Amino acid sequence: MRVPAHLLWLIPALPLLAAGIGAFAPRTARRTTAGSAIAAMAISFLLSCGALVTALRDPAVHAVHNFAWFDLGHGALRLGWLLDPLTALMGVMVTLVGLLIFIFSAGYMAEDANFKQFFCFLSLFGAAMLGLLVANSLLLLFICWELVGLASYLLIGFWFHQPSAAAAAKKAFITTRIGDLGLLVGLLWLYDATGSLLFFDGGEGVLEAGPLAALSAQTTVGGLAVSTAIGLLIFCGAAGKSGQFPLHVWLPDAMEGPTPVSALIHAATMVAAGVFLIARVYPLLAADLTLPSAPLHALSVVATIGAITALLGAVIAVGQNDIKRILAFSTVSQLGYMMLALGVGSWVTAIFHLLTHAFFKALLFLGAGSVIHAAHHEQDIRRLGGLRAPLRVTFATFAVGMMALAGVPFLFSGFWSKEAILHAAHGWSVSQLPFAAGLIAVVLTAFYTTRLVAEVFLGTPRGEGAARAQESPAVMTVPLVLLAVCAALLGFIGTPWWPWLQRTLDPTFATEPGGFGLMAVSIVLVATGLGAGWALYARIPRSSAGEADPVERRAPRLFAALADRLGFDELYAATVGRLNAWTAAFADALDRRVWDGTVRLLAGLGLFTGQVTRETDENLINGGFDAASGGLRSGGRAYSRGQSGDTHSYLRYIAIGFTLIALAVLLGVRR
Amino acid sequence: MNALPWTILFSFAGAILALDAGTRSAALARRVGLVATLAGLAAALLAATRFTPGPGMQTILDLPWIPQLGARCHLAADGISLTLVLLTGIAATAGVLFSWNIEERTGEFFALYLTLIGGVYGVFLSADAFLLFVFYEIAIVPKYFLIAIWGSTNREYGAMKLVLYSFAGSALVLGGMLWVFAAAGGKSFALADLAAAAARFPKNDQLAMFGLLFLGFAVLAGLFPFHTWAPTGHVAAPTAASMLLAGVVMKLGAYGCLRVAMPLFPEALAWWQPAIAWLAIAGILYAGLVALVQDDFKFVIGYSSVSHMGFVLLGLAAATPQAVGGAVLQMFSHGVIAGLLFAVAGRIVYDRTHTRRLEALQAMPLHRLLPFGAVVFVLAGMASMGMPGFSGFPAELAILIGTWKASPIWALFAAAGILVAAAFTLRVVQISFFGRTTAAADSAPGDGLPFAPVTWPEKAGAVLLLASTLLIGLRPDLLLDWINPALQSPLMQAALKGGQP
Repeated sequence: MRVPAHLLWLIPALPLLAAGIGAFAPRTARRTTAGSAIAAMAISFLLSCGALVTALRDPAVHAVHNFAWFDLGHGALRLGWLLDPLTALMGVMVTLVGLLIFIFSAGYMAEDANFKQFFCFLSLFGAAMLGLLVANSLLLLFICWELVGLASYLLIGFWFHQPSAAAAAKKAFITTRIGDLGLLVGLLWLYDATGSLLFFDGGEGVLEAGPLAALSAQTTVGGLAVSTAIGLLIFCGAAGKSGQFPLHVWLPDAMEGPTPVSALIHAATMVAAGVFLIARVYPLLAADLTLPSAPLHALSVVATIGAITALLGAVIAVGQNDIKRILAFSTVSQLGYMMLALGVGSWVTAIFHLLTHAFFKALLFLGAGSVIHAAHHEQDIRRLGGLRAPLRVTFATFAVGMMALAGVPFLFSGFWSKEAILHAAHGWSVSQLPFAAGLIAVVLTAFYTTRLVAEVFLGTPRGEGAARAQESPAVMTVPLVLLAVCAALLGFIGTPWWPWLQRTLDPTFATEPGGFGLMAVSIVLVATGLGAGWALYARIPRSSAGEADPVERRAPRLFAALADRLGFDELYAATVGRLNAWTAAFADALDRRVWDGTVRLLAGLGLFTGQVTRETDENLINGGFDAASGGLRSGGRAYSRGQSGDTHSYLRYIAIGFTLIALAVLLGVRR
Repeated sequence: MNALPWTILFSFAGAILALDAGTRSAALARRVGLVATLAGLAAALLAATRFTPGPGMQTILDLPWIPQLGARCHLAADGISLTLVLLTGIAATAGVLFSWNIEERTGEFFALYLTLIGGVYGVFLSADAFLLFVFYEIAIVPKYFLIAIWGSTNREYGAMKLVLYSFAGSALVLGGMLWVFAAAGGKSFALADLAAAAARFPKNDQLAMFGLLFLGFAVLAGLFPFHTWAPTGHVAAPTAASMLLAGVVMKLGAYGCLRVAMPLFPEALAWWQPAIAWLAIAGILYAGLVALVQDDFKFVIGYSSVSHMGFVLLGLAAATPQAVGGAVLQMFSHGVIAGLLFAVAGRIVYDRTHTRRLEALQAMPLHRLLPFGAVVFVLAGMASMGMPGFSGFPAELAILIGTWKASPIWALFAAAGILVAAAFTLRVVQISFFGRTTAAADSAPGDGLPFAPVTWPEKAGAVLLLASTLLIGLRPDLLLDWINPALQSPLMQAALKGGQP
């Protein structure tokens, strides 16, 4: 089956249709809504596979279908669909993960009163996410980008009756919108500079050689190339959506949403959209590399932010006690790896890690969901424990996901993709610091994943929920098994010996054999992390929920700082939040006092002037002008007859006053 | 095209009929109101189907009126007029639907309401400055009575403030207009004639005349810092009046700026441009911030209106084709969205809960008790914060693109306004409808008081407005294909060229 570019719109349209069905279906139509959502995703998956087959026939081609949206007077805004291996691979991943998570949700959310809305929102998310992938226009991408943000807001706040969920939803939306502001400004600038927002348009698109050369040739404030500035603005958007430092604070809070949402949106797909965006506009960010004297290269910023985020997320994850928050910080960290890869110039390995991460992180989140479901909504790892026996399938699949995340060698996909990133970072000519950060994060990742598994599954149940746990139904475990298979095997499409994925995405990708020394180093580092985790958490499992964490016992202040997420939320609340509150309160006071006071003053002044002019009128002006003004005056009286009180006199004086001024002007000019 | 004057006629005729019908029964007056506004909307739609977009105002009717002053009854329309006439038709119809529960002096209410509407239609269709001004005043006067008689909270004060501001603005406009008229030789009030003469005026006179006209009109468009009438007026007004006030009356001001001040004095526009643009930006951000800390439901929406009208004024000030086209689109968009927001806050919520204090609303599980209102308000809120899919997005995007051409810095600040809009909208959506925990709400005694069910006029009005914003959000070309050619007229071109920095 082939799906050419002009039919790509079907892929997002089907989930959109399902969302529409969900919106208009009665509240009780649970099966219809869930069924149509799953069916739409399944068909979109098949279509994406068809698109992949089509794209693979000639991987170097960017097949497009463009059309005008609306005319702006001078120039039109055009949108379009784009089919290339990047779009197609992402489409297959999103639809497959999405399909599995939709099915899982049918079990997980079965008892929720708002089941129907849930699937409606999920479908809306699917539509927007897929639209983002097939867009051939930064504008269309931005539109879908905003809509995924909206769907994310609706789904984080799905249990809005919990104040924490409502607050988290708002925080996520506003924080990502801060980044989106950069993206919007970048978009405006790009349109102004090139007159187009299409990525590929027969040589005219913004990612094609001509416009790119023009963009990197101009300079702007601080001697930056225009392409650098626009690229960095676009990166702001990506950093917001992908939870990069310093905008990472919303992502852990987003875990207030139902767990399938965390898996789909805040682990596998939406948060990876930022990485996808940078990969998509990579030529724009890389355009300034041809200018060796440029004060700043956009990609260096990306690499720096990525490295900081990778390390930061891994460090904070060590001190968390909520199963979902540990995973959330690990997502932050892994997204940092992807940005790091983009920054050091290897966008194909970023996408490789994006794909493997999507599967193993979705698996981990769904596994966490299965645990939470089984343990009666207990999420604190200190009160879980001993779940290995009752939750056999969940444990086995979770372990696979954990080893993929930790980068356990050879059989697990995460190893290969992370290895590729480290390899790329090692080869970066600018600095070795990102590489070093990546290596440290490898140890930490292995350490906190071991801690997570040991606390949740080993030892004895330490809470009531865990003690009564039972394995989840098949509708939930089957997706787990399928995801586990992918999480294990997916790495083999991008090994150094057979870099199929890399070559498909970028036909110019050059394999550099060797790097076994590096591989050995990272295997040692993974082993160190696993060993340390094992020694601290698994050898003697925690016996009661109240017992202090082994790290906490050794370094209580450090652990407290980590548990407090290094105080970023407090810092922002004390600075940005307070500044905002002050400005708003100040503006409010200004409005109530100053502007209103001025109005009252002016009203008094008007009254005074009115009286003065009336005196003038009666005593000085006569004859023909009296007749003319008399007419207007009686008109004014007619209006005022229906009124009473103060306003009445104000109006009359003002009307008369201004009429007279006007007439005086008229008279003066005529004479 | 020839159907357009009927919009004015239907409204004024409807006003007289409503007054009479009101003496018999409230229901009859309501029906008269609905029929008159629907007839106006139908006439506008009919004209739209027969409209051939083109540069310049196409004359529909041109009769001598006051020969001594050279004032003529000259009605004409271009794509900009048509867009706004259509908006008036939609907003007026929706306003009647959301006034279905007016029981007190119903006939008079609809008589004043329809008079206002007739005046608004008249302004949008006038090609003669004097005629435009007369219609403009006709539209202002009924507002006072609508608020002072049928209003709520602090209505005397709100009405007074609003009328003071409006008349102060009108006085500036009248002064400016008479000055121009006299300086041009006192022969004609036709906009085209005035523009031709104005080009020969001394530069300093042009600057002052433009200042009088633009400022006078901009007061009614809510230009910062002359905006405070808007929130207080909105809050005091009955629902339909707030809808019209935000929906169409504020557009009168912006329309006057665009139709009268800008084409007459393109060079003065260029001189005034930075001041107006910065005031508009200040309005966008300032009103947005103020909206963030209000604790009255309607105040939030009132300030949001000022913020959104700031985009219109910025688009006009930027004076590039994209920005001005976007500004007209934003006028339509905001008219519909503000109407929807006020309808929910004033009619669907306030008429049932009898409070607009957000604290009090937070304590009620409104999403349970008024699910229809919740859905409509969430959608309206999304539209208001510029979500793609709704009309605000293409409008604000076009304004930003156009403003960027005039000055990237302005665009940068204005874009930040979108962030503020998201913040205050989410806040009010969450507090008003989704405040209380469901569990507590179900068990709390007294909260189960069932509100009167949502009536068919409310549903019809909400659907009409939602459909309009969605349609234009997806297909902005429907309106822009009228607006853009209108900007090609020599008068508009002069304004757009003069405005280039």
